[in-house]
Amino acid sequence: MAYNLKEVAKKPERFTGGHRMCAGCGAPIVVRQILRALKPEDHVVSGCATGCLEVSSFLYPYTSWKDSFIHNAFENSGATIAGAEAAYVAMKRKGKLSGETKFIAFGGDGGTYDIGLQALSGAMERGHDMVYVCYDNGAYMNTGIQRSSATPKYADTTTSPAGAVIPGKQQPRKDLTEIMANHHIPYVAQTIAIGNMKDLYEKSEKAIYTKGAAFMNVLAPCPRGWQYNTPDLMDINKLAVETCYWPLYEVIDGKYIINYKPKNKLPIREFLKPQGRFKHIFKAGNEHMIEDIQQEVDKRWEALLKLAGEA
Amino acid sequence: MAIRERLSGNEAIAIAMKQINPDVVAAFPITPSTEIPQYFSNYVADGVVETEFVAVESEHSAMSACVGAQAAGGRAMTATSANGLGLMWEVLYIAACSRLPIVMACVNRTMSGPLNIHNDHSDSMGARDSGWIQLYSENNQEAYDNMLMAHRIGEHPDVVLPVMVCQDGFITSHAIENLELVEDDKVKAFVGEYNPEDYLLNKDNPISVGPLDLQGHTFEHKRQQAQAMMNAKKVILEVSEEFYKLTGRKYELFEEYMTDDAEVVAVILNSTAGTAKYVIDQFRAQGKKVGLIKPRVFRPFPVDEIVEALSKFKAIAVLDKADSFNAAGGPLFTDITSAMYAKGVFTPKVVNFIYGIGGRDVRSDDIEVVYNEILNIAATGKVNSVYNYLGVRE
Repeated sequence: MAYNLKEVAKKPERFTGGHRMCAGCGAPIVVRQILRALKPEDHVVSGCATGCLEVSSFLYPYTSWKDSFIHNAFENSGATIAGAEAAYVAMKRKGKLSGETKFIAFGGDGGTYDIGLQALSGAMERGHDMVYVCYDNGAYMNTGIQRSSATPKYADTTTSPAGAVIPGKQQPRKDLTEIMANHHIPYVAQTIAIGNMKDLYEKSEKAIYTKGAAFMNVLAPCPRGWQYNTPDLMDINKLAVETCYWPLYEVIDGKYIINYKPKNKLPIREFLKPQGRFKHIFKAGNEHMIEDIQQEVDKRWEALLKLAGEA
Repeated sequence: MAIRERLSGNEAIAIAMKQINPDVVAAFPITPSTEIPQYFSNYVADGVVETEFVAVESEHSAMSACVGAQAAGGRAMTATSANGLGLMWEVLYIAACSRLPIVMACVNRTMSGPLNIHNDHSDSMGARDSGWIQLYSENNQEAYDNMLMAHRIGEHPDVVLPVMVCQDGFITSHAIENLELVEDDKVKAFVGEYNPEDYLLNKDNPISVGPLDLQGHTFEHKRQQAQAMMNAKKVILEVSEEFYKLTGRKYELFEEYMTDDAEVVAVILNSTAGTAKYVIDQFRAQGKKVGLIKPRVFRPFPVDEIVEALSKFKAIAVLDKADSFNAAGGPLFTDITSAMYAKGVFTPKVVNFIYGIGGRDVRSDDIEVVYNEILNIAATGKVNSVYNYLGVRE
């Protein structure tokens, strides 16, 4: 059946409102849409690394998660959900459970690219029937916008401040989607909430219902950390894709598929300009920094085209 | 009929785990506990258990996976030692506060550094405030028996806490001893089915586990956790009584050896208690009134019972196979002396010996030094030194 947002939105809500995520935050939109991809009859056990999503969605005694949910610590969302999935397999074998339960681990970029990378890698390599979703907002936002290995070069964060001598973060961001693709798991996707959210929905559905380990990297802007105008969230998402900063692609059993190629690839400055964290690189004399980012984006886009056999 | 066997401590633990047939075993290799997941993965490979064996990439993930599995509604078990337990540290506290009765075999080994694979108790002693019940085992039989009782204790509705069964690395984990195994069907009946009240996989009643729990609630949750540990003492005794009826093997909070008319006693955990029993027999043959208290249950700490037992002696030596580096004494010593003070028992002279660190061999002549010292204290009433090191070059 063709994707239809109106129809999808009619499905029962699995992540309720009333949580305390900021207005204009990308993460809760992503979580809601991913959970909508579940078949209505299926149960889900979701997990989340310590971070904004966890502390804002499950403050005792309130929870936004209508299905089952577990938070353990910062670096072990992957291992925790892997353990729950293992119990499911054993209890099914013993005839103790009926029906289908799916398993989804969430983590921010800090809990995934950095401190949780090992537990993620282990869970994926072991092939648990689960999905790991990284909602990447490019810094440790929950603790107050510290740089992570997902933070883009030159971004101003509280531990890579744009100072008089050092203009923000000095290293380009780690490419986690590629790292996960090289785990040779059945399904890897990079996506974002864009347009009618078809890309995010369809990839979620594939990830959830592909047997074995699946990974999704979802860019989820943060209004506080990125310093954009709260209502502009969806525009920022669109610019991330149109500039090829965040290409939409998937790797299915090792085969690369680019889901969207902009007809007119926009210059990276269009994506950077509305974000306060890059304000300093738009000052006179700093043009080379924007050019540096442009070159990195181009290099990665070309590499991806090659992997997909489109170069 | 009970089954007579010759097994190492690690084999005995693995067989107990096979008989328990848990839902999930998540473990990572570390000497000297490595054999436990090795044996267990053979049971999985041969289809003699229904367990999912999760060969995790670290002990941190082992304990994390156990938390996920137990919260999901399954029985989760693991085994580790030393740095492995160290890497689990953060999650040990989460397992306990989430009230997940996970069972772990801790094969005691010294915490690095320096790197040393041999036995002392610095690993489990460091975890003594993590909220886990801790049972200690003198020999392979006790390790096996404690393991069979662990789920009954941890899963009891008045408790609901994780349980750590400790034994001495290499000394008992790798030494082969005669022991009696309980038949599979009797173990199954004794341990019973795990039917938690709430669990993640109950799709008819979904739950959320592990909240952000701020100033308004955390204290109450911790108070409930503390109460569970207080309740555990009674449950441990009840389960041990039931186990006695099943096997004829009697377990209490601690074992007393030759204490009826003793003037002095040593307090010793795990395998060295066996060495002390040998020395006691020698000393008794010479008419010296020496005895032993061997704690089995260190968490919860049996304050009332142990103080009552100790109050009648003239001198007590508490032996710690772990240092606290507090410039005051080892963990068992400080717990015992503070318990005695709190109960108003000031008569016995109490001294501490730190011994066997990093697997330093503990021989009968070392234990003789201890008994001679406390016999001397009992005779003279004089304590030269409270905080002592046994068998170290200095």
